[in-house]
Amino acid sequence: MSKVAVIGVGQTKFGGRPDASIKEIAFEAFKEAVDDAQISVDDIQASIICSATHYDKQRTPAGVIAEYLGLNPQPTFNVEAVCASSGVGLRIGWSFISSGLHDVVAVVGFQKMTELSSAEVQEVMGRSGDVMWESPFGTTMPGYFALYARAHMQTYGTTPEQLAKVAVKNHYYATKNPKAMFQKEITLDEVLNSRMIASPLKRYDCCSNSDGAACLILAKEEFARKVTDNPVWVAGLGLASSPMTLTSRDTALNSFTCTAKAAKEAYHMAGVTPSDIDLAEVHDCFTITEIINYEDLGFCERGKGGSFAADGHTYLGGKIPVNIDGGLLAKGHPVGATGASQIRTLVKQLRGEAGETQVKDAKIGLAHNLGGIGMYCAVTILKA
Amino acid sequence: MSFGKFGKVSYVSETKLQKFEQDLEAGKIMGTRCKTCGKLYFPPRADCTCLKGNIEWVELTGNCRLLTYSTLFFAPASFRYEVPYMLAVAQFDEGPTVLAPLSKDITEDEVKSGMSLKLIPMELAGGRVIYELRKP
Ligand SMILES: CC(C)(COP(=O)(O)OP(=O)(O)OC[C@H]1O[C@@H](n2cnc3c(N)ncnc32)[C@H](O)[C@@H]1OP(=O)(O)O)[C@@H](O)C(=O)NCCC(=O)NCCS
Ligand SMILES: [Zn+2]
Repeated sequence: MSKVAVIGVGQTKFGGRPDASIKEIAFEAFKEAVDDAQISVDDIQASIICSATHYDKQRTPAGVIAEYLGLNPQPTFNVEAVCASSGVGLRIGWSFISSGLHDVVAVVGFQKMTELSSAEVQEVMGRSGDVMWESPFGTTMPGYFALYARAHMQTYGTTPEQLAKVAVKNHYYATKNPKAMFQKEITLDEVLNSRMIASPLKRYDCCSNSDGAACLILAKEEFARKVTDNPVWVAGLGLASSPMTLTSRDTALNSFTCTAKAAKEAYHMAGVTPSDIDLAEVHDCFTITEIINYEDLGFCERGKGGSFAADGHTYLGGKIPVNIDGGLLAKGHPVGATGASQIRTLVKQLRGEAGETQVKDAKIGLAHNLGGIGMYCAVTILKA
Repeated sequence: MSFGKFGKVSYVSETKLQKFEQDLEAGKIMGTRCKTCGKLYFPPRADCTCLKGNIEWVELTGNCRLLTYSTLFFAPASFRYEVPYMLAVAQFDEGPTVLAPLSKDITEDEVKSGMSLKLIPMELAGGRVIYELRKP
C-alpha cells in the first residue's frame, strides 16, 4: 500500500464573491494547488468535487467543474457531507491512491453561499436536520448548536465569556491570514454585546455565510518524492457518523460522539496521542463547537473545554494552538471548502511556510471536520 | 389520511406513519414499540433497527422533563414572522426524547433544565397540527 502525500494546496480568499461563479472560484483554488505542486494538469488522474450541493443552482456540479478545470476524461464525481464534504473527499482520494487505482488525485471543495440571503441559507440548512420531525418547527444551525451550548453550560458551568474568548482568538488570528474573510480584531465586550441569534449563541458565536474554494493535490509516495522535497504525509484518517436527529442521540447533548470515534481511529492509524499534536484545525462553526471539540479530541478533560479556551491554551505558544488561521468563525465557512482549507493550513505549517503564525518545529497536525449538526466527522492527521 | 398537516411547515407528506397525524388531531401523542425487542420509539418509526420487528402504536403520557432549550431570534425564511420562538429537547417519562417548540406562555426566565413539562397536541389556524411543550 502506497503512502499518500499532499503535494499541493490552494485556496481562494474566503468571503463574499459576487464577481465569480462556482467554477471560477474552483479554478482559482485549483490553479494555486497545481502551481504549488509544480505538476501539470495531465498528471491528475481523477477529481473529487466536494460541496453541499443544495446550495448550488447548478445540479451535479462535478460535471461543470471538472470540465472547467480541464479534467476530462478522467473520473469525477461529487461528494456531499455538508460541512465535512471535503474532509470526506480527502479520505476518498486517499483510498484511490493507496489502493493503487490512481497516482495523483485532485480534491476540490467549494461553496457559494452569499447568493442566498442568510434567512434562505437557514431555510436550506434547517433542512439538514430531519425534515419529518425537526425542520417543521423552524430549526436552524445556530439553533441546533445552541441546544448543545445550553446543555454544556448546564452540565459543566461553561460561561458566555468562555465561549466569547474562542471568537476573540479566532478573529485575532484571521487578521494574520490574508485569505480570511474578516480582517478585524474583536473584543470580548463586542462578542458579549453582539445580538442574540439563538440563545445562548450571539452573532459572534456564529460563523458567517461565505463563498470560497480550496484544493488539495494528493499523490502516491513515489510520485510525491519526484516532485517535492517536502511532502506532507496523510498519517491518520478517521470517519464516523452520529444519528441525525437530536432525539436519537445521548440525552446529555454535550459531546459529538462521531468526533470521539473518528479521532480514536485517526490517532490509532497515525500512532500518536493528543499530546503529540503540534497544532490543530477544529470545526468551530460556533464557539461552543470549538470547546466541545477540545474535549472530544482529547485536548483537555471532559467538561474543561471552556476553561481550556479561556486560559489561552489554544493560542500560539500555548499547549496546542487551534485554528490559528482564523477558523470557521473568522476565516469564513463556505461549507464544502472548509475541510480542504483546514488541510491547506496544516500543510503550510508542516512545511514551515506559515510566516507570522508559524508553530515552531511543527511536525504533526490534526484537522477535524464536522458535518451538519454533528452527524458526520472526518479527522485527518498529517505528518511532515 | 396524510402526514402533510404535521408541523408549522411540512416537508414529508407520504409515510407509513400517517396515523400519527390523525391521532394527534384526536389529542393523542403516539409512539411506536417493537413487539420483538421491546424498543420504544419517539418520534415513531415504522421499522425497528433489530430487523426482526413487529411494530405497534403506543400512546405516551406526554409527561416529560426539559433537557435543553434555545430562543431563536433568527429564523429560516418560512419562519420569519414567528421570531422569537423557543425550541427545546425534552425527555418523556417513558424514556424517548422529543424536539418541540416551547409554549409562548413560558418565559425564558422560567425555563430551567429538569423542569416538568407536558407535550400537548395542538391545532393551528389552517388545520395544521403540531405539538408543543407546556407547563403541566
Ligand atoms: C448568524 C447569521 C444568522 C447572521 O446573519 P445576517 O443577519 O444576515 O447578517 P451578518 O451578521 O452575517 O451580516 C451583517 C453584516 O455584518 C458583517 N459581519 C458579520 N460578521 C462579521 C464579523 N465576524 N466580522 C466583521 N463583520 C462581520 C457582514 O459582512 C455583513 O456586512 P454587510 O451588511 O455590509 O453585508 C448568519 O451569519 C448565519 O446563519 N450564520 C451561520 C451559518 C451556518 O449555519 N453555517 C453552517 C454551520 S454548521
Ligand atoms: Zn426491534
